[in-house]
Amino acid sequence: MGLKIIVLAKQVPDTRNVGPDAMTPEGTVNRAALPAVFNPEDLNALEQALRLKDANPGSTITMLTMGLPKATEVLREGLFRGADKGVLLTDRALGGADTLATSYSLAQAIKKIGDFDIIIGGRQAIDGDTAQVGPQVAEKLGLTQITYTEEILECTKEKIVARRHIDGGVETVEGPMPIVITVNGSAAPCRSRNIKLVMKYKNAKTQQEIAALPEEEQKFYQDRPYLTIQSWGAADIDADPNQIGKAGSPTNVKAVKNIVFKAKENKSLTASDADIEGLIVELIENNTIG
Amino acid sequence: MANIYTDNPEIKFHMQHELMKRIVELKERGFEDKDKYDYAPQNFEDAMDNYDRTLDIVGDVTSNVVAPNAEEVDAEGPHCENGRVRYASKTYENLDATIKAGMNGMTMPRRYEGLNLPITVYTAANEIVSAGDAGFENIWSLQDCIETLYEFGDEDQRQRFVPRVCHGETMSMDLTEPDAGSDLQSVMLKATYSEKDGCWLLNGVKRFITNGDSDIHLVLARSEEGTRDGRGLSMFIYDKNQGGVNVRRIENKLGIHGSPTCELVYKNAKAELCGDRKLGLIKYVMALMNGARLGIAAQSVGIEQSAYDEALAYARDRKQFGKEIIHFPAVYDMLATMKAKLDAGRSLLYMTARYVDIYKALEDIARERKLTPEERQELKKYSRMADAFTPLAKGMNSEFANQNAYDSIQIHGGSGFMLEYKCQQLYRDARITSIYEGTTQLQTVAALRYITNGTYLNIIKEFEAAPVAPEYEGYMNRIKEMANKLEATTNAVKEVGDQEFTDFCSRKLYEITAYTIMGHLILQDTQKAPELFARSLNVFVNHAESEVEKHFNYIRKMTVEQLDNYRHE
Repeated sequence: MGLKIIVLAKQVPDTRNVGPDAMTPEGTVNRAALPAVFNPEDLNALEQALRLKDANPGSTITMLTMGLPKATEVLREGLFRGADKGVLLTDRALGGADTLATSYSLAQAIKKIGDFDIIIGGRQAIDGDTAQVGPQVAEKLGLTQITYTEEILECTKEKIVARRHIDGGVETVEGPMPIVITVNGSAAPCRSRNIKLVMKYKNAKTQQEIAALPEEEQKFYQDRPYLTIQSWGAADIDADPNQIGKAGSPTNVKAVKNIVFKAKENKSLTASDADIEGLIVELIENNTIG
Repeated sequence: MANIYTDNPEIKFHMQHELMKRIVELKERGFEDKDKYDYAPQNFEDAMDNYDRTLDIVGDVTSNVVAPNAEEVDAEGPHCENGRVRYASKTYENLDATIKAGMNGMTMPRRYEGLNLPITVYTAANEIVSAGDAGFENIWSLQDCIETLYEFGDEDQRQRFVPRVCHGETMSMDLTEPDAGSDLQSVMLKATYSEKDGCWLLNGVKRFITNGDSDIHLVLARSEEGTRDGRGLSMFIYDKNQGGVNVRRIENKLGIHGSPTCELVYKNAKAELCGDRKLGLIKYVMALMNGARLGIAAQSVGIEQSAYDEALAYARDRKQFGKEIIHFPAVYDMLATMKAKLDAGRSLLYMTARYVDIYKALEDIARERKLTPEERQELKKYSRMADAFTPLAKGMNSEFANQNAYDSIQIHGGSGFMLEYKCQQLYRDARITSIYEGTTQLQTVAALRYITNGTYLNIIKEFEAAPVAPEYEGYMNRIKEMANKLEATTNAVKEVGDQEFTDFCSRKLYEITAYTIMGHLILQDTQKAPELFARSLNVFVNHAESEVEKHFNYIRKMTVEQLDNYRHE
């Protein structure tokens, strides 16, 4: 049973390694100071997709990402690990999108891709931490969704069974196909790149990048169609101009503040039972715990 | 993220040696695969880029899967259950990760689904995996047995077995028996041809077989009834799917716990002949062992690196008498010597690997077409160089691995003796390297004829003729003095004209030779990349010079008469 899988992935600034120059004086992210990486939970999502492909011969994985042309890197990373195809959604008109405009744009691109059984993405991206895009894509496509997935336990053409990571435990749920799954960081880490696939796909480029090459190099790509990564703009996905980019984004960031934590008051406690009990009582009273 | 390959630029330096041009040319045959296989390189730069990316992946898998699993694999070890091996649970995780990364069949041609990588690149992968876990490296690197099957098996066997190894099936070489260790001529496992089954049947016992429950075995067995020496032995392929071989027990070892060392019982195990009868030991196993020895040299360098890394990290962190112990001369002397041995030993390893690459690629080409007279000359030259360098690379690096592991514990002090730090595992794992695939003493035997017939001295003379920058002339002169001492001691020993005396002195001659050659290699490396090797050059030449001096004095004072005081009954 071959499954048609779409993996949603995002290239993000590596906010896990934030230095002093991570923010500009204007309060926006200083992208130059942060290396661009494959969003970590999207890698967990890709691994779940690859496992489905391993278990179901004949399956295909299409990677979809929206971002700057540079985001082609995450598509290549996907190809290096076993994805079959990559689609880059890039257009100035799509820039500045909040989660609503992003999910609309992704949903339009998925409609254009057409045939699919399952859409898998990370729970959230480390640059925004909203966890909204996956669920909104499901809503826009009218599909069932399973969020916070830790492992896909069973998958047929009709239904899927997954274990979710929830507060205080796990939950096993079942849903009908086609479906949207978002994957939690506690899921299995993504496998390494595959040597042969890296050798095969290391020169994969978007059709625009290929068109910009000298003519003699273009011949190389004509003979090897698998090296062309699809790149679509707003017009390619029939997007309503009012629902994409800044125009389609009701969210407005009023200000971002650089906060430095300072200890306003502190208390010294000994390891005595009395001190510890006092602390526990205080924390329960101010509802920090309990 | 940690990555042993990218964290140690010395490895990449050795991948960029000028001989790589020739190696790639031979290995890729004018890039004839470029339009046939989607993963074949288009040109030299493309091939070199592929090698770099390959090792980056090997470094990633090793640093992030294999190394973190090493402690647990060491503690759990494999088990024998109903005649089969069950690996430590994390070993399966390691195997899964290496297979998914495509780290199999690395040197095999693309027509059998291999990666067609040079042995030099595979050797680097070997070193890297070993730095993560030398025990797992054993299981993983037995894939290079396929070289021997590829070289001596027929086309049908290649087609049936090589792709399986490229997909991750494991291998073993079943050579040793209870009464046949270093002396493989005594192998007694019986092979009889069964007309009824239309195949050979193997019966008997093998002992100390690494990864003995592998998928595909190469087996040395006695096919010629009534013979007692090496000429009655042939090589067989046993496919585990056939059944007939069971694991009787797994040895309880000092180190490399992750790697199951098995006693195997063959009961009418169906097998097929590989190559010609009677050539099993004298031709095929010798080829197999040469490859395996290069593998152990790589494994040893990985341990040298890891032992140094552990010692360095501890010495930077540990404070005594109010400062980090790394600032005490007694400690930094040990660290610098460890690094110098590592850098020089690694240089010897890769020089050997390049020689092997060139002659093996030419041999492979000779299977397809007649070599030109120049190519035949080249084949002869590099085959001889590889034969001469392999025992040096294996013997010296396995000794260095032990020495570095010892010093690594020493730098850890009392904590190093506790079973909490990685250095203790390295110490245990290192111990086998100077024993298996030919002890250091046997490497000395293999090297002795090249010492006495002047092969090494000729190579050294060539090294001496290479141009040297003025600032390194002092080092060159000191290394030349070491070569003079080699020549003098060799002549002195030859003049005595007593075989036992020569054998007695051989280890010392061997070390003088190896130190001189490594001195040249690290001098050459330093001239190309002083930022990586200048410090080690200084430390190594100091160390090598004193070792050479020591052996020189010893042999000078030694006489045949004194042997009486050494002999034991």
